[in-house]
Amino acid sequence: MSKIHIPTPLRQYVGKQSSVEVGGATVGEAMNALVAQHPDLRKHLYTEDGKLRAFVNLYVNDEDIRYMQKEATALKEGDNISIVPSIAGGAA
Amino acid sequence: MATTIEIPVTLSKDEILRYSRHLIMPEVGMEGQQKLKAARVLCIGTGGLGSPLALYLAAAGVGTLGLVDFDVVDYTNLQRQIIHSTADVGRKKLDSAADKLKGINPFLNLRTFDTRLSSANALELFRDFDIIADGTDNFPTRYLVNDACVLTGKPNVYGSIFRFEGQASVFATKDGPCYRCLYPEPPPPGLVPSCAEGGVLGILPGLVGVMQATEVIKLILGIGDPLIGRLLLIDALGMKFRELKLRKNPDCPVCGTHPTVTKLIDYNEFCGIRGEEKPVSSGVPEIQVEELKRRLDAKDDVFVLDVREPHEYQICNIGGYLIPLNDLPKRVNELDSSREIVVHCKMGGRSAKAVAFLQQSGFTKVHNLAGGITAWSDRVDPKVPKY
Repeated sequence: MSKIHIPTPLRQYVGKQSSVEVGGATVGEAMNALVAQHPDLRKHLYTEDGKLRAFVNLYVNDEDIRYMQKEATALKEGDNISIVPSIAGGAA
Repeated sequence: MATTIEIPVTLSKDEILRYSRHLIMPEVGMEGQQKLKAARVLCIGTGGLGSPLALYLAAAGVGTLGLVDFDVVDYTNLQRQIIHSTADVGRKKLDSAADKLKGINPFLNLRTFDTRLSSANALELFRDFDIIADGTDNFPTRYLVNDACVLTGKPNVYGSIFRFEGQASVFATKDGPCYRCLYPEPPPPGLVPSCAEGGVLGILPGLVGVMQATEVIKLILGIGDPLIGRLLLIDALGMKFRELKLRKNPDCPVCGTHPTVTKLIDYNEFCGIRGEEKPVSSGVPEIQVEELKRRLDAKDDVFVLDVREPHEYQICNIGGYLIPLNDLPKRVNELDSSREIVVHCKMGGRSAKAVAFLQQSGFTKVHNLAGGITAWSDRVDPKVPKY
């Protein structure tokens, strides 16, 4: 099992949880399991043709999967996946 | 970069006393304090992040501080923008901030720019500064600040907040990644709520702004490990800090090996925003607040549906039937499609989505209350509080 950390803006789509435990041998499989459990999340993470949105980054532990094997990156038991979307707030 | 700042400045007797607690630390000392005095830092925005940032940089003895802002102090700013006081509501943020900063440190050389940062002025504004601190609140300006920093070779000390969560990093140093290496593209408008919609814990910009100030001072002094190539994630609710590795992307459109962005672009267009964002313009049928009031007073059969969240309903309501927007698909059977329905939220944005959804579901007599409960408070019943 891996733990997927859910950022604040997306917690409303996973029953207000801050993290979700999922199975899967790769990042892609784990993310598929996540959106299968929480279908409302899908459009916030993926485009209509199923690609990860450009303002959403995925990390395994502290590494960006774009510099690993992307969604084919293999997972070990207990790995932490972080979903890190861009946020812009500051002044207003 | 910042560590190469020349030190032509000397400190007066008063300044030596003022900066005593810096001077007795060998990591700062006289040389470091002179570096601070010689440094020129530009803060973009004097809001939530800019308030603590500017206050601490002024107190620490940064010699030249630039502030860019065009806004006026609003009553809802005071919950977190601690550079402004209640008496400053209605004043220009620059004037309010200048009073506080000069009050803290009369030795400060303050330069204020009463303008909206834009592609037309950013490069020229940045030229006279060594470090840029980004305390803005929207994606177009974030990308503008980043690109202008890369193009002018100035480090971008970055902080961003949302609700209980923050991010901080140092972008656009000579060998480090930039904001576009992290996020090549902004989210489409509407998919990510702003602080004005999503709220923000008042202390959070304090926490993140002080981190930005810390990074600015470390860059000036050339000490410690700056947040270059690292993204710090701050979770105030769990009080957990996590760190992610950032890499300089060789394919980055602005700082990569073959950049395609070699001058500033139209950032509103880049972020999918055309012109000013309007609270309501989705083409669904609308009703004005005065008209709704008239029809309710006339005892017309109008069903008022409130699609805000329960915690917003507790702040104020006009007696509408509450179904939060996200729950509407599974609770739509609670509504009678034969009746006239007026849908409202806070400003009219969420209710426009609800009206569009109800139309798709076969409702024909459904209108969006233009301007939401805020317009109701402004134009019908001032006893209804605004939030």
